[in-house]
Amino acid sequence: MNPKRKSRLYLALFLLVAVAGTTAALMVAMEENINMFYPPDQVVDGTAPLERTIRAGGMVKAGSVSRDPESLQVEFTITDHLGSDFIVSFTGILPDLFREGQGIIVQGELDQQGKFMAREVLAKHDENYMPPELMDMVAESGKNAEAKAAAKATP
Amino acid sequence: MIAELGQLSLALAACLALTAAAAGLFAHGPGTQLLRQSTVSMVVGQFVFAALAFAALVYSFATDDFSVSYVATHSNSLLPLPYKISATWGGHEGSFLLWILIMTIWMLLLTLRRDNYPVRFFSRVLGTMSLMNLGFLCFALFTSNPFERLIPMTPVDGADLNPLLQDFGLIVHPPLLYAGYVGLSVPFSFAVAALLEKRVDAAWARWSRPWTNFAWAFLSVGIALGSWWAYYELGWGGWWFWDPVENASFMPWLAATALIHSLAVTEKRGTFKSWTLLLAIAGFSLSLLGAFIVRSGVLTSVHAFAVDPERGMYILIFLGAVVGGSLTLYGLRAYGERADVGFKILSREFFMLINNVILVVSLAVVMWGTLAPIGYEALSGGRISIGVPFFNMFFVPLMLLLGVAVALVPVLNWKRTPWQSIKSTLTAVLPVSVLLGGVWWYTTDPKSAGVLAALIIALWIVFTHLLDLVKRLRQSRRLPLAYVGMSLAHIGFAVSVLGIAITATQSVEEDVRMAPNDVTALGIEEVRFLGVREVQGPNYVAQQGVFVVTNGNRTFELRPEKRRYLAGGNIMTEAGIDAGLFADTYISLGEPLGGGAWAVRLHYKPMVRWIWLGALLFAFGGMLAVMDKRYRKLRTRRDVAIKAALGSGTAG
Repeated sequence: MNPKRKSRLYLALFLLVAVAGTTAALMVAMEENINMFYPPDQVVDGTAPLERTIRAGGMVKAGSVSRDPESLQVEFTITDHLGSDFIVSFTGILPDLFREGQGIIVQGELDQQGKFMAREVLAKHDENYMPPELMDMVAESGKNAEAKAAAKATP
Repeated sequence: MIAELGQLSLALAACLALTAAAAGLFAHGPGTQLLRQSTVSMVVGQFVFAALAFAALVYSFATDDFSVSYVATHSNSLLPLPYKISATWGGHEGSFLLWILIMTIWMLLLTLRRDNYPVRFFSRVLGTMSLMNLGFLCFALFTSNPFERLIPMTPVDGADLNPLLQDFGLIVHPPLLYAGYVGLSVPFSFAVAALLEKRVDAAWARWSRPWTNFAWAFLSVGIALGSWWAYYELGWGGWWFWDPVENASFMPWLAATALIHSLAVTEKRGTFKSWTLLLAIAGFSLSLLGAFIVRSGVLTSVHAFAVDPERGMYILIFLGAVVGGSLTLYGLRAYGERADVGFKILSREFFMLINNVILVVSLAVVMWGTLAPIGYEALSGGRISIGVPFFNMFFVPLMLLLGVAVALVPVLNWKRTPWQSIKSTLTAVLPVSVLLGGVWWYTTDPKSAGVLAALIIALWIVFTHLLDLVKRLRQSRRLPLAYVGMSLAHIGFAVSVLGIAITATQSVEEDVRMAPNDVTALGIEEVRFLGVREVQGPNYVAQQGVFVVTNGNRTFELRPEKRRYLAGGNIMTEAGIDAGLFADTYISLGEPLGGGAWAVRLHYKPMVRWIWLGALLFAFGGMLAVMDKRYRKLRTRRDVAIKAALGSGTAG
């Protein structure tokens, strides 16, 4: 083999190993760090796995937020306005745009009792912005959409 | 009336972009000289009309013209004037107009340097740029017109600018970031012109390099500013979230970083040509991909604009045309661009290759992590998100590996390096770095192997570059600016690595409930909460917390705020930050818990400033390299050549 071909062969082998290594590592990392999203009905009917990190989302049910007076522990109910509700428990500081009736996403685990132990609560950052995960849900719950349209029409 | 003039200007700019693209790209036959020469004036015209359109929108904001729909949704009469003006690019339509304006500014800058390039090559560069600009202008005119009127339903007042954007960050971050994004269209156009002209050579690489550095430096500063802004404005104390939109700006940056290095090899050694071409195409394509991610609403993000599938579709088609078109051209023309230049393993070329492989692998990781959720949804209908650990898992080892390559740069020669010149860095500089890094590491808590490696590698980079600068200064009085720039950039990289390693592992964070006069320990500091009072801002009322922090014998006060904006009723957290070169103290208010108590977030963040300081250093290094004499000499050399040609009577 002449030296030029040899060096090209090394290069090709090097690239092959790099690509294969990266792909393998990506697959492994994906396996561990992927978080599925579940709407309230799937959390309630048991489609969502217990004790695994997942995301879930919906609207914060009006009047459901209750705080522990001595710590940062807070509990609230997430609903899809179609009859599926679940309780979320969170310890920490809620985002500024967390409000009752607002669409939010929680990340954490479901415990054996079906209570969602959230590690992170995400609310939208802009009044006009809706996380795509929640778009379909809003479209389905007609009541909410109508209320929004009414609010917009008033000059 | 002003808004209509703005729209007319946009339409005229689009017409000029069309003619400039046609003239620049195709007018190369006999008798088309005049048309070709007019490309430059058509480019200047694009700038003039884009600037007029932009001025019209700024004017509409400054004068509170709420009959313009975009103004009505992004401004309010109570907004302070500087924010009214920066609100011009506070939403999708206006920010895209800024994007177009910056595109035309890059073209204008190119025309100022037109004597440096062959005439036909240069008109093809301008033609390609104009074609891209035409795509942007049509996008603005047909899907995102910022001048649309709300008549007769004109609102009395505007809906207000998102309070997160009412900040100095909005004034500087988007213009600089866009200068970087759009600036990558220059190396892209140079690559397309080189392919069309069949001159993929060292001269092409030399022409490309200053522009690439320039765009890359802007992109670096833009990203760093965005990170700094998120840090102080979002109230979470984080500086990078692996958010899809952050990734959207990071991907072209990684490609551009690889491109800078690959261009250097192509210029100096005449190799890596095809690879350099591909990177130039990839850089700008990734800018467009970023625009797609931000503006189509396909991904969950704090940055995403309101969702509009039509816009996403347009950008996707445009992106497809740009990538498809340039890759087809590449496929047709780049074959045979090979150089028979060999190099050994211990050579700059080989380490540049390693650098490029690491950067491209990093790029692949970011791209995968960003796009996989879209692919998953398209295939299965379910939704997933990819967590931060995914990215960190790859970036920590990849960047450390890259650091080792960077540390070796000063001692490596082109083509081959005698073992002798590497020995000194391995037997003297490296052990010293290990020793100092080890001592530093001993003071950290918690200790981790990653931090130890980061400290050693960063110190090693700094030492090898400083030593080499001193050595070269001894040999000759004057150092080439390009070399100084490179050293600064590499030291900047080390500074960022130090900042990231220390901040990521040594920060202290406490979320606590605090009643007035409560004291909380925060690392080596002590924080006392005095209470909350009400203060009035220009367009908000705020609950202002008062905290007294004691650190050794230094005592200072921090006043984080919880603001309620009057126009939209939005609530926003304004963190109280004591910024220092070696540590930040960062306090933000959560929510009132009754009885005067509040949920409070306390952070102690050592060396967080180094992250952005490093970015500024490497951007400055990139700029400094552009000022090198090499690039300025071109003109005189050309003049001499022309004079010689005229003198011998063969002009024409």
